[in-house]
Amino acid sequence: MLEIKDLKVNYGVIQALKGISFEVNEGEVIALIGANGAGKTTTLQTISGMLTPTSGKILLHGTDISKVLGHKIVSMGLAHVPEGRRVFPGLTVLENLKMGAYTRSNKSEIADTLEKVYESFPRLKERQNQLAGTLSGGEQQMLAMGRALMSKPSIVLMDEPSMGLSPIYVDEIFNIIQSISDAGTTVLLVEQNAKKALAIADRAYVLETGNIVLSGDAKTLMNDDAIKKAYLGE
Amino acid sequence: MGFLTYLINGLSLGSVYAIIALGYTMVYGIAKMLNFAHGDVIMIGAYLVFMCTSNAGMPAIVSIVIAMGCCTILGMIIEKIAYAPLRKATNLAVLITAIGVSYFLQNMALLIFGSNPVSFTSVIPWEGLSFAGGQLKITGNALITIVVCLVIMVVLMWFVKNTKPGQAMRAVSEDRDAAVLMGINVNATISLTFAIGSGLAAIAGALLCSSYPSLTPYTGSMPGIKAFTAAVFGGIGSIPGALIGGLLLGIIEILAKAYISSQLADAIVFAVLIIVLLVKPTGILGKQIKEKV
Repeated sequence: MLEIKDLKVNYGVIQALKGISFEVNEGEVIALIGANGAGKTTTLQTISGMLTPTSGKILLHGTDISKVLGHKIVSMGLAHVPEGRRVFPGLTVLENLKMGAYTRSNKSEIADTLEKVYESFPRLKERQNQLAGTLSGGEQQMLAMGRALMSKPSIVLMDEPSMGLSPIYVDEIFNIIQSISDAGTTVLLVEQNAKKALAIADRAYVLETGNIVLSGDAKTLMNDDAIKKAYLGE
Repeated sequence: MGFLTYLINGLSLGSVYAIIALGYTMVYGIAKMLNFAHGDVIMIGAYLVFMCTSNAGMPAIVSIVIAMGCCTILGMIIEKIAYAPLRKATNLAVLITAIGVSYFLQNMALLIFGSNPVSFTSVIPWEGLSFAGGQLKITGNALITIVVCLVIMVVLMWFVKNTKPGQAMRAVSEDRDAAVLMGINVNATISLTFAIGSGLAAIAGALLCSSYPSLTPYTGSMPGIKAFTAAVFGGIGSIPGALIGGLLLGIIEILAKAYISSQLADAIVFAVLIIVLLVKPTGILGKQIKEKV
């Protein structure tokens, strides 16, 4: 469903992605792991149109979206939960969620999706009239995920969803990612918490300074000695 | 009775400031820039109304609609040509460009209309109301200006809260990148903001010159700066803030002129601004929500 072909991205003179290729099939959870500065966030931002690649192709459902403007990609079925959550702090929880459905127009369908999001995140319903900026970090992460789901995406990109959260929330967030996947949405997950990411992923790619150095079945990678040493702290 | 008359005149002047302040505050909130050319769009709007009424003999309301249309387009063109290419530039570059646009508009007006003041005919022919045997007079200009300002505020607040483009504006003002991820066209939203602000500037120009009828190419600059002050005063980025800031500024200015000194009035206005900013740096209604990490 999502195919990345020889993607290169520059920040000024620095080459952040040096020609990476990978694919995400329908229904999969794919983890993209790697150290700081490896190019994980750059990859996601390029896919969702926030950055423009120097060369390469990004095929979403077979259509090249590498030159499509960022705001048009959402309605093609791709949602992005950005790093640092980026909820709208001065809007209420409900307003944030409605913003997620900006590209949709059928009000009753939006209301249905909102119900489903509230089922997955009961805490958001409890706090629907609270300003998003006053939520805790974990709640904001849930809001960012719920907001992404409001566009009814076929694939969700998630950038470091567990970053800066307390251990209880980390477990909860990974449970939610699992249930998003179980509900039929494809997930491309970027994580520094490689252990947790590999545990729920089907396959994984390892990024190192702009290149994919390793890829394969998540369970296999988890037992790979090099991976264990570099990313799992064993 | 004198005090009441001053108060109403203050409210009227403040209403004009509030309408102009809207243009500053919305553009700042959404594009995160100070459009110092905004005051000069007011002047262009006033000249357009003047040409339509005095030169072409059109009715006032038609003239204002034409001026609004022209200023809306002018605002969008300014944004497209001067500001949009600088979207990722430093704030200073944008600020200097805005000052450049301001001088450009003033000099263009000088070239077309000349430097001699023209005498603007009020767009509001109504005499106004008279109370207490003629001791308290409220001019039609003052009354209509206040009403128009309140109507604009209510409509605009409704628009931002309840319509799709309004939603987009709020999202862009909160977080531009996140707005893109929601599928919002940021460039179109910024362009719309300039369109609304500039359209309102035409109304402000007509109302301002109805009360203060001497129109020159520099007519817009001082009210522009005052309205910018009003926007900061009320909390820049906030629509109700523009209203409160504008009204307060107008009242303070008129009362200072009446009771203290007309030379010192502007100094007093800016002194009050400084005091407010010292006590509450975000302005009266400005708020700063810290994002939790």
